[in-house]
Amino acid sequence: MTYAVDQLAAILATALFIFSLYWMNDPKTARHAVVAGVAGMLVAVLATWFQPAIVHHGWIVLAIAAGFVVGVPLSRVPLTAVPQRTALSHAFGGLAAGLVGTAEYFLGLTENPAQLTAFRMSAIVAEVILGFLTFTGSLMAAGKLQEVKWIPQRPVTYPGQNFGNVGVLVAAVTLGVVVVMHPTAAWSAQAFYAIAGLAVLFGVLLIIPIGGADMPTVISILNSYAGLSAVAMGFVLDNKLLVTAGALDGSSGLILSIIMCRAMNRSFTNVLFGAFGTVQKTAAIGEQKAWKQETVEGAAQLLEQASLVVIIPGYGMAVAQAQHKVRELYDQLTKRGVTVKFAIHPVAGRMPGHMNVLLAEANIPYTALVEMEEINPDMPQCDVALVIGANDVVNPAARYAKGSPIYGMPIIDADKAKTVLAIKRSKNPGFAGIDNELYVQDNTWMLFGDAKAVLNDLVKQFGSGGLH
Amino acid sequence: MIDGLMTAQAVPAEAAGDYWSMLFVFVLATFIGLGVIRRVSRLLYTPLMSLTNAISAIAVVGSIAVTGAEYPKTIRILGAIALFASMTNIVSGFLITDRMLKMFKKQ
Repeated sequence: MTYAVDQLAAILATALFIFSLYWMNDPKTARHAVVAGVAGMLVAVLATWFQPAIVHHGWIVLAIAAGFVVGVPLSRVPLTAVPQRTALSHAFGGLAAGLVGTAEYFLGLTENPAQLTAFRMSAIVAEVILGFLTFTGSLMAAGKLQEVKWIPQRPVTYPGQNFGNVGVLVAAVTLGVVVVMHPTAAWSAQAFYAIAGLAVLFGVLLIIPIGGADMPTVISILNSYAGLSAVAMGFVLDNKLLVTAGALDGSSGLILSIIMCRAMNRSFTNVLFGAFGTVQKTAAIGEQKAWKQETVEGAAQLLEQASLVVIIPGYGMAVAQAQHKVRELYDQLTKRGVTVKFAIHPVAGRMPGHMNVLLAEANIPYTALVEMEEINPDMPQCDVALVIGANDVVNPAARYAKGSPIYGMPIIDADKAKTVLAIKRSKNPGFAGIDNELYVQDNTWMLFGDAKAVLNDLVKQFGSGGLH
Repeated sequence: MIDGLMTAQAVPAEAAGDYWSMLFVFVLATFIGLGVIRRVSRLLYTPLMSLTNAISAIAVVGSIAVTGAEYPKTIRILGAIALFASMTNIVSGFLITDRMLKMFKKQ
């Protein structure tokens, strides 16, 4: 009877999770997704908790309460910190999988060695390796995103790095195979600890050579790993709900990783082993031309006379906390009959979809947010392309400069607009460490300064009554 | 999952068959996942990731099973830490997803 209830609960929860993801296909229905997800989770938790084998309720209540104490503040972080929070939650997911795997192994070892069949042992080993490498890898990623002092932001490389990293993983897997074959030998427990230790080490080593520009991809890959570690836990515990929910998470991470890789014209291996983002020592592309600076007044005039303005925001906009000023500019321009669109590059921001969330927070309607592929055909009709804190995603060198690290990466065709206005804090290169010839084009005018301050001045031009 | 443990030790032959059906479930669920996720609005990739974070914290059921059963204390401590970690993901994942989705307005 309890078995049937348990299974029915699992089927119901799976259905709710699938509906939850389905409703994410449109911002209009998306909030149902949360309701369905919470309902599915409640069903699953209660069905498990009411199993007769569960006798120690105090510990469960305590751990759940602690989860609330930490979880609620974590859900209130500023939206610029969402990538770190996401990475941190991958770390928690990995940790849970690693710990449950460890618990199951020692439970089998001390209580019932017959349970440690080859299949179950392989699942345990997979769970522990995936879980612990996701744990430390995601912690490192969260640290890099949070810009923690003792974790270098720029990729760190050293001779033999890839060889060493792969070596650590191979060692962990080899030991894993040995433990699967001899789960109850006198040295098996020690070997098991070594596997966990190597996985922990591999997670750290994996992220050390990865730079900021690759974070959206890396977060997606770690998302996939976190899902797969839940799947492995499902195999270990013989629980189909864990397998389905983990597979949904894993496939989501996989799709996002593929999209992110495509958006940067990179492959998985290249992201993980390529150390993208080291500052290039090659000479500047093209001849050195001078920047042309524009005044705020001139820029305001250009914007007001335009009929189509495309704003291209980059992470620099978020760093300057300029979203709300962007919204004010959007309001001023639309009030004057100017069509304003936002061109969103898939890797704008620090995780998939990050820029959309940052702009939505500033109350910019999502109908004005246009994906790169949709906006590019319209760029020649665009009167003013306003680049705010974006760099690599508008660098024309991606189209032809074979030596450039961003060669082949799809870009927003800002250079095809009739006029380009670019707000830039300094003349330094962007995240990928390369020069951008867009800024020295004949039809480009620069506005140097902090994005928020420059936008503030621009908005003032419209508000002061000077322009009508 | 507790029932699963019992079956595994009582009838190992049937359990092996069970593992194959698990693999089957895994492959089908992955295809459903790929199909559903591909249709997700590109505007919503960030909330999607926090939503799937919360959903994959379904590992909570495994953690409850380990924490609450009549097992040795050290094992149950590992379970309790795992339960705490999963619960953090569930709470923060769903809350922040809703917080972000609320911001997406048409006008």
